[in-house]
Amino acid sequence: MLAVENLEVVYNDVVLVLRGISLEVPDGKIVALLGTNGAGKTTTLRAITGLLDMHEGDVTKGEITFDGADITEEDPAARVRRGISQVMEGRRVFAEMTVDDNLRAGAYSNRDANLVKEARERVMTLFPKLADRRNATAGYLSGGEQQMLAIGRALMQVPKLLILDEPSLGLAPLLVQEVRDIIVEINSQGTAVLLIEQNANMALSIADYGYIMETGKMVMDGDPGKLLKDEDVKEFYLGLHTTGEQKSFRDVKHYKRRKRWLS
Amino acid sequence: MITGLVVLAQATADGNAFAQMLVGGISFGAIYALLAMGFVIIFKATSVINFAHGALTGLGAFLVVAFATVLDFPGRFLTSFPEWAQWTANVLTAFAVAALFGVLIERVFLRPMVGEALFAVAIVTLGIDIVVRTITNDFIGTQPRPVGAPWGLNVIDLGWVIIAWSEVIQIVVTVVLLVAIAMFLRTRTGVAMRATAFDQETARAQGVNVGRVFSVAWAIGAFLAAVAGLFYSVFPRRATGVDQATAFIAFRAFPAVIIGGLDSIPGAVVGGFAVGIAESAANTYLGFEFLGNGFPGIVGYLLMMVVLLIRPYGLFGTPEIRRV
Repeated sequence: MLAVENLEVVYNDVVLVLRGISLEVPDGKIVALLGTNGAGKTTTLRAITGLLDMHEGDVTKGEITFDGADITEEDPAARVRRGISQVMEGRRVFAEMTVDDNLRAGAYSNRDANLVKEARERVMTLFPKLADRRNATAGYLSGGEQQMLAIGRALMQVPKLLILDEPSLGLAPLLVQEVRDIIVEINSQGTAVLLIEQNANMALSIADYGYIMETGKMVMDGDPGKLLKDEDVKEFYLGLHTTGEQKSFRDVKHYKRRKRWLS
Repeated sequence: MITGLVVLAQATADGNAFAQMLVGGISFGAIYALLAMGFVIIFKATSVINFAHGALTGLGAFLVVAFATVLDFPGRFLTSFPEWAQWTANVLTAFAVAALFGVLIERVFLRPMVGEALFAVAIVTLGIDIVVRTITNDFIGTQPRPVGAPWGLNVIDLGWVIIAWSEVIQIVVTVVLLVAIAMFLRTRTGVAMRATAFDQETARAQGVNVGRVFSVAWAIGAFLAAVAGLFYSVFPRRATGVDQATAFIAFRAFPAVIIGGLDSIPGAVVGGFAVGIAESAANTYLGFEFLGNGFPGIVGYLLMMVVLLIRPYGLFGTPEIRRV
């Protein structure tokens, strides 16, 4: 459905952030994109949704296609109308507006009143808490509720592809699990998901396929089983020792493994 | 403050003078309210205080003059209609053209500034003010230009108070526009406008076309400024008509915007009426002896300072939301 090919992105005309990455999100699947801070995950998201221009970024090479159509140069609104929806990093709810108005803003591109109504009902069943707080000012919701609202808002345009940028950021472990279950639920209703995460455990536990990025390159990809078995992933993303035990700081005299993929 | 003034007025004056003062205050307040709504609608969409609002007011008033008396368009083709209907058609056309000018100004000068620092955008509006005002004044010339309002100097004399027809029309039009705009902000475009004002990037992520939102806001702002410009240029305000000083009325409406709270349409209207009544009261009761005859002109600013001391976000403004 979504295909990114050899994408190269430059910020401010000089800073090369993505050095030719490729990824693919097939219909109805969950794909995880993992990487540490500064790997280029969010830049990839911005390139896909068309928000690079606000950050002085440019796609200098490669192309992005959605359902076969080249969308590399399209404006963000057109991409939303095609069915690409995003939950931005850090929730970004409209804090001064009510929960209801946030959802209405999310439904901006959805001009069919019946579809909007259906979407709202779907959101309210997924997040019963939001239904209780419909008229509350969004800025006064708790962090978890704001994340729910951000996801709900993105669902209001009935997307074919939902991109989530670090939905587990700053949430308690229990809430992370809740978010994970909700992503699975959304996916089972037929929406493809691109999950951008640092929490590799959470992401790989539900993904059908995973990519790992580092300094603007794809360094590894495969199905979660393969990634989870990889020594480097174990050490650098799951914090496990080669033996599979949790690492401890008591173990000070420890020589870090070299990441083989960077040699 | 308002109630204080009212109590003071009741204690010191007879009822007729008080009623007359209120009528004058409310009708002038309607003009302030229109201007304040224009400020607010542009602020709501762009988060920028539009310093070019005075120029838009002058331009709108001049367009009314041009269409109503100079061009007589489209009135000259509506010969079968009564004169007042022709005049109204002319004025509505002028309002539409004023709105188009608003869109044009936004497109040429402000669209390239999307995403830039807000203070830079505000400074650009200052520049627009000077450019548009200078050009408009060139067209207006040195003599006042009457707008040819069909109600002329007619008044309704109720015995205890005299109301000019133009004042009745001003108040009715203001209330209608208030309701219309409040309803507009609840629509899909209105929600998009509020979302854009809060966070442009996130609004774009929802598929909102930020440029179009700005266009709509400037069109409405310029339209409201033109309406205010018309009402300011008829009896009993400046019955001689539109001249080069018409544009400055917008800055006297500024306290109304701040009192109401910058991002609230009802606040703009309340603020407008508050400033109008306060000025009118100062005019009636303080007279020439107290600090000279310019004093009523600054009463609005005094009121603004008092309100800001008590409520820093204005009466109806949204406080910045911060969770602790």
